[in-house]
Amino acid sequence: MSKLRLTPVLYIVFLMVPIYWLLTMSLKTNAEILGGFSLWPKDPTLANFRTILTDASWYSGYINSTIYVVLNTIISITVALPAAYAFSRYRFLGDKHLFFWLLSNRMAPPAVFVLPFFQLYSSIGLFDTHIAVALAHCLFNVPLAVWILEGFMSGVPKEIDETAQIDGYSFPAFFTRIFMPLIASGIGVAAFFCFMFSWVELLIARTLTSVDAKPIAAVMTRTVSASGLDWGVLAAAGVLTIVPGAIVIWFVRNHIAKGFALGRV
Amino acid sequence: MALELQSVSKNVDGETHISDVSVRCNPGEFNVLLGPTLAGKTSLLRLMAGLDEPSAGRIMMAGQDVTGLPVRKRDVAFVYQQFINYPGFSVFDNIASPLKIAKISKDEIAARVEKVADLLGLTPFLQRKPLELSGGQQQRVALGRALAREAELVLLDEPLANLDYKLREELRAELPKLFQNTGSMVVYATSEPEEALLLGGQVIVLHEGQVQQAGATLEVYNSPASLQAAMTFADPPLNVLPAIKSDAAEVKSLDGDLTLKVNGNASAVAEGAKCTVGFRPHQLGLARTSECEVELKGRVTLTEITGSESFIHVEAVGERWTALAHGIHAPEVGAEVSLFLDPETAFVFAGGAGNG
Repeated sequence: MSKLRLTPVLYIVFLMVPIYWLLTMSLKTNAEILGGFSLWPKDPTLANFRTILTDASWYSGYINSTIYVVLNTIISITVALPAAYAFSRYRFLGDKHLFFWLLSNRMAPPAVFVLPFFQLYSSIGLFDTHIAVALAHCLFNVPLAVWILEGFMSGVPKEIDETAQIDGYSFPAFFTRIFMPLIASGIGVAAFFCFMFSWVELLIARTLTSVDAKPIAAVMTRTVSASGLDWGVLAAAGVLTIVPGAIVIWFVRNHIAKGFALGRV
Repeated sequence: MALELQSVSKNVDGETHISDVSVRCNPGEFNVLLGPTLAGKTSLLRLMAGLDEPSAGRIMMAGQDVTGLPVRKRDVAFVYQQFINYPGFSVFDNIASPLKIAKISKDEIAARVEKVADLLGLTPFLQRKPLELSGGQQQRVALGRALAREAELVLLDEPLANLDYKLREELRAELPKLFQNTGSMVVYATSEPEEALLLGGQVIVLHEGQVQQAGATLEVYNSPASLQAAMTFADPPLNVLPAIKSDAAEVKSLDGDLTLKVNGNASAVAEGAKCTVGFRPHQLGLARTSECEVELKGRVTLTEITGSESFIHVEAVGERWTALAHGIHAPEVGAEVSLFLDPETAFVFAGGAGNG
C-alpha cells in the first residue's frame, strides 16, 4: 500500500477507535469491561440492549428526545422558510443587520440562556414539557436554518418567481409547487442541522426537564447507582444514541457539503 | 386592446431609470424597443408587464387603467434574456403551466402545447427537463410558454442575446412569424440596431430612459428625428461633424475648411446657428458614385473586414469616421485615402454634437 493511501486509512482508524470501543463495551458484560483489557468481546451479549429496550426509564428517554427534536425541526423549518425567503428576495429596513444578528444568537453559549429559560418556562407552566425544549432549541436552530435556506434560495433566480407570477400562480401555489421543490436539498440539509443540534444539545434539555420529558442524554448521566456505573448498559445507550444521527446523515450525505457552505457553492 | 403608457416615470433609489415615457402599442404589432445597454429597456418592459409599478404616469390596457394591477391578474407573457424555465417541470409542463393555472381543459392544453412544440421543434423533447436541453432549446421552451399562453401582450427582453450566432439567425427569422398569427402585441427589446432592422415592424428608440423616437422601423432609420436617435439606431457608429449653417442650403465645418451643400436637409436649423451633420458609414465611400459627391481626404486608422464588406476607420477633418466599401479593401494604416460623401443624403440636426 502506498503512503498516500495509508494516511487516510490511519486517520479513519484513529477516528473510529472510540466508536469501536463503545460498540464492544455495549456487547460485553460489566465483569468483562472491568476485568481487564480485551480488544473484542470474548462472550458477546445483547443483554445491555435488552435492558434499555424493556426498561421504561431508559427507552422513554429516547422517545422524549425524539419528540422534542422532531417538534423543533418542524417548527424551525416552518418559521425559517418564510424568513429566509424575505431575506433572499426583499430589501427592508435593517435587513442586513437583522440577518447578522440572527447568526450572532448562535455565538452565545447555551449556558447563558439556561437561567432565563428555566425561570420563564417554570413561571408559565411549560417546565418539563417537550414543547419547552423544542422552543428553547429554536433559539439556535431557527437562525441556522434561515442562513442555510437563504443561501439555497438566493441560488434560485428571481426571474423564476416572476415567471410564476406572470403565469398566474398565487404566492402559496408558487411557493409550494415550484419554489420548495427547487430548494428541496436545502430544506433537507437545514432539517438535518436542526435535528443534529437539537439531538446533541444537553444543557438546556436537561435543565428544562425533570421526569416527563427527560432526554436520553440526561438519562445517561443519571445512571450512577449505589453499586456504581452500569458500564455495559451505558455503552449500549451510547450506541443507540448515535443511530438516529447516522440514519439522518445518510439521507442528506450528497447535499451536506453544500449545506456547510450555506448553499453558496 | 392597445397598450398605452402615459408619461410614465420610474425612479429607483433617487436614480431615474425611466423618464416621462409615452408610448402606444397596437394589437398585432411587432414593436422593437431599441436602445444601448442601461437605456432602460428592461425597466420599461417590467413596467409594461406590471412587475414594477411606475413612480409617475399611467399604464392603460384597452382603455382601462391597469397601473396598479398585479401581474398575475394581467394577460402578459415575458421571456427573459437568461433561459428561465421551471427546472423541476418537464418541457410539456413548462409550456402548459400558464394554461393549467388558467383552468383550461386537459385536451385543449395538450392540443395547444403540441401545436407550439411543433412550431418550435420541441416535440421530441416534451418529456425532458429543461436543463437537459441545449441553450437554444431552453429558450424555445420559454418562448413556447409565451406562445401557448396566447397572451394579449408578449414582452421579449433580448431573448436571443445569450444564444450562439447560428441559432440567433434562425430564431430571429422565425419570431415575427410565430407571433403574427396569435394577434398578440409583441414588444421585443434589443440593443442591436441591425436586429431591429431585420425584425421590421415598429421601433421605439430609447436612450437614457427617454424615448427618442417611435414609428415604423424603416422610417425611423431613414429619417431620425434627433442626433441621439440617429446615433442609437446606427451600427457601426454614426459619423458626425459639428458645423455651422452658413447659408440657406449650406453648412460649414467649424474650422471653415469644408462646405457641404445640404440643400433642404438643414431646413430645421436657423441660419448662423450651430448644427451637427450626421451620416452613416454606407454614405461615406472610397469611390465616387455620383456627381454631387464631395471629395475629402482622410487617414486610415483601422480596417475591419467582414468578408463581403470592409469598414475603414479614418480620421478626416479632425473627426473619426467610418467608411464602408464593398468587397475586401485593406488600405495600410496611416495611408491617405479619398472619401466621397453625398451631402444631400446627410442628416443635419440642430445644436452641437453630443458626447457620443
